[in-house]
Amino acid sequence: MKLQVQGREAYAYTGGKPFDRALPCVVFIHGASHDHSGWTLLARWFAHHGHGVLAVDLPGHMRSAGPLLPDVEALAGWIWALLDAAGVERAALVGHSMGSLIALQAAALAPDRTTHLALISASYPMKVSDALLATAREAPQRAMAMVNAWSIGTHASKPGYPGPGNWLHGSNLALMRRVQAGTPDANVFLHDFDTCNRYAGGLEAAARVTCPVTMILGRADQMTPPRAARDITAALKARVVDISSGHLQPAEAPDATLAALRAALT
Amino acid sequence: MPGSSDPGFDTLALHAGAAPDPATGARAVPIHLTTSFVFDSSEHAASLFNMERSGHVYSRISNPTNAVLEERVAALEGGSGAIATASGQAALFLAIATLAGAGSHVVASTALYGGSHNLLSYTLRRFGIETRFVKPADIDGWRAAIRPNTRLLFGETLGNPGLDVLDIPTVSAIAHEAGLPLLVDSTFTTPWLMKPFEHGADLVFHSATKFLSGHGTVIGGVLVDSGLFDWQRSGRFPELTEPYAGFHGMVFSEESTVAAFLLRARREGLRDFGACMSPHTAWLILQGIETLPLRMARHVENTRKVVAFLAGHAMVGRVGYPELEDHPSHELAQRLLPRGCGSVFSFDLKGSRKQGQAFIEALKIFSHLANVGDCRSLVIHPASTTHFRMDDVALAAAGITPGTIRLSIGLEDADDLIDDLKRAFKVAEKTS
Repeated sequence: MKLQVQGREAYAYTGGKPFDRALPCVVFIHGASHDHSGWTLLARWFAHHGHGVLAVDLPGHMRSAGPLLPDVEALAGWIWALLDAAGVERAALVGHSMGSLIALQAAALAPDRTTHLALISASYPMKVSDALLATAREAPQRAMAMVNAWSIGTHASKPGYPGPGNWLHGSNLALMRRVQAGTPDANVFLHDFDTCNRYAGGLEAAARVTCPVTMILGRADQMTPPRAARDITAALKARVVDISSGHLQPAEAPDATLAALRAALT
Repeated sequence: MPGSSDPGFDTLALHAGAAPDPATGARAVPIHLTTSFVFDSSEHAASLFNMERSGHVYSRISNPTNAVLEERVAALEGGSGAIATASGQAALFLAIATLAGAGSHVVASTALYGGSHNLLSYTLRRFGIETRFVKPADIDGWRAAIRPNTRLLFGETLGNPGLDVLDIPTVSAIAHEAGLPLLVDSTFTTPWLMKPFEHGADLVFHSATKFLSGHGTVIGGVLVDSGLFDWQRSGRFPELTEPYAGFHGMVFSEESTVAAFLLRARREGLRDFGACMSPHTAWLILQGIETLPLRMARHVENTRKVVAFLAGHAMVGRVGYPELEDHPSHELAQRLLPRGCGSVFSFDLKGSRKQGQAFIEALKIFSHLANVGDCRSLVIHPASTTHFRMDDVALAAAGITPGTIRLSIGLEDADDLIDDLKRAFKVAEKTS
C-alpha cells in the first residue's frame, strides 16, 4: 500500500489483504537497516485475524522515499502522519529494536491514539559503541557482518524465516546490504545506528505512555540484552515476556513471538 | 555460536542449520522420512497454508531434514537460502522456470554439461524458451546476446569439459547493467574452491550428486539465492513483483525483500513440478558435506600430481587444467580459483579412437562411468557418452575432440592413480 506522507511516497505492507481502516489497526515498525519484510509472518497473521495491518518501510528504507529522517522524534511524528494519511485514528504500535524506540516515542506523542505498545528486542538507552559507529562509517559492510553475527542467537533458527530452507545469517545480511544499496546517497546503516545511539528521550516518553505495554525480550539477545531493558521496563510498568531467541525474534522464533504479541495486543 | 564474525567454512560445514534435536537429543541430523506433518489445530493448519506461520506441511514442499541441507549449502555459499531438488538438472530447470516462460530468452555459455545443453537447446525451446549460446570468454558476445525478453545469463564456474573459467565479475556486471541475474552452475568447484556470490553471481546451483555428496551414492541438486538481486528495480520479473493468482494473490517481492525468488520457486516450482528431494538423500548429502573441506583439499592435491604426470607424457597432446600456463583460462583461474581448479579435467590422447578405447579399458582403479566428483577416480570419453547428442560443430564449440578423455580424480593414493594411468598408456601404445 502506498501513501503520501509529509509530501513523499511511503510504503506499508498490509499483510496480504487490502487494508481496512475500520478494523483495529496494528503498526509494525522495523529496526535499523531493515524494512517491512522482517514482519511478514506476524503481519499476515494479524491481517487475517481481524486487524488492519501497516508494516511500514521507514523513510529512506527500500520502498519508502527518502530522505532519512534525522532522529527518533521525527520518525515518531512520521508514524502518526502515516496513520493520518491512512485515515486511522487509533493504533497498536509494535516496534523491533530501533523501531521500539520509535514506537515508544510515538506512543508518548499521542497517548490517546495508542491502544497498545509492544516493544520487541528493546532497551533504553540503546547505546552503540564508538568502535561500531566508526566501523559503520568507514567500512559499513564489515560493520553489517559484525552486527549480523551478534544479532542471531543460533545457527539453526527453526522453522525458518519466512519459511523453511532460509539461512537467517545470510538473509539478514543480504537485507542490510539491500537496504544500504537502496539509498545510495546515504549510509543508512550508520544513520540508523547513530539514531539509536542519540535517542535520549526514553524515560520522558515512558512517563507519558498510558496504554498497556509489553516488552518481548530475547534471552540470548546480545544487541539489546534483557538487562539493558530493566529501567525502561520499570518506567513503563510493562509486562515482560522473555523468549528463547537472540535479537531477531520475529525471524528466529516466529511462533513464540506471535504468541507473545497475541497476548500483548488483546 | 555467535561472535564478532561468522564461523569459518569448516565449522559451517558441520553445524549450519542443525542443532541437537529438541525432542530426542539426537546430535546428528535426524532423517524425517514422513510425507506430512500434524497440525496443532484447524487455525494452525490454515495459518501454515496462508504463510502466517513458518513450518512444514508436506515433504514435497519442505521437510526438516531437507531444510538443514538447504540452510547448510546456503551458509557455505554465503547465500540467503536454498531449495533442495531431485537432481542438479531439476535445480537448473527450477531456476529457469521460476524466472522465464514462453517467449522468454536465456543467454548461456557454450561450455556446459551436456544435459544442460540438451535442456536449453531442445526441451525448453519446445516450451517457448529460446537460448542464445555464447563462448564463455566472448565478453562482447554476452552483452550482444541480451534481448528485451532475456530473463537470465547462465554459465558454469568451470565449463564442462574444457574447464573454461567463467569471468563471473565481468559477466555478472553485464547482466546487472541489463537488469538481469547471473545463474551459475558451481558443481565442479563447490563453495570450498569458489563462492560465486562474492564475485557477483545472483543464483547458484549444484548437482549435489557430485562433490557435495562426494560418495557416488545419491542424485540430488541444490539451488541457492544470494538474496541480493533487486527484482523490483529490474522491472523484468512480473512473476516476482506482481500478484500471483496461483498463491493467494501473493506479491513475492513484497513478502520478502531477499527471499522473493525462493518463495516463488518453492511455492510454485516444488508444488507444481514436484522435483523434490528425498529426506534420505538430503541426509546422505549432509554426511558428505561434513567432510567437504577435507575431501576438496585432497581432490585438488591428487589432481595436481596427476596433471603434472600427464603433462609430461609422450602420448598426451594437451592437458586441459587451468592451473597450467597454456590453458586459455589460466589468468582467470589464478584470480578466481586460488585454492585450485577442482579435480575434473580432460586431456587429449594422441592416437586412434581404438587406442583411446584400449586406454580406458586398461584402467583398473579408474572406473569407466558417467559421473564426476566421486571419492573414487572416474574416467569417461565425452564424445561417445555425455556429449554424444552434440554434432561436431557443437562439440568443437565446447572444446571437445574425438580423443578427449575426461578424468575425475578421487581420493586414492596419487601414486596408485599414476601407476594405473602408466599401465593404460602402455596398453594403448601397443594397440594398433
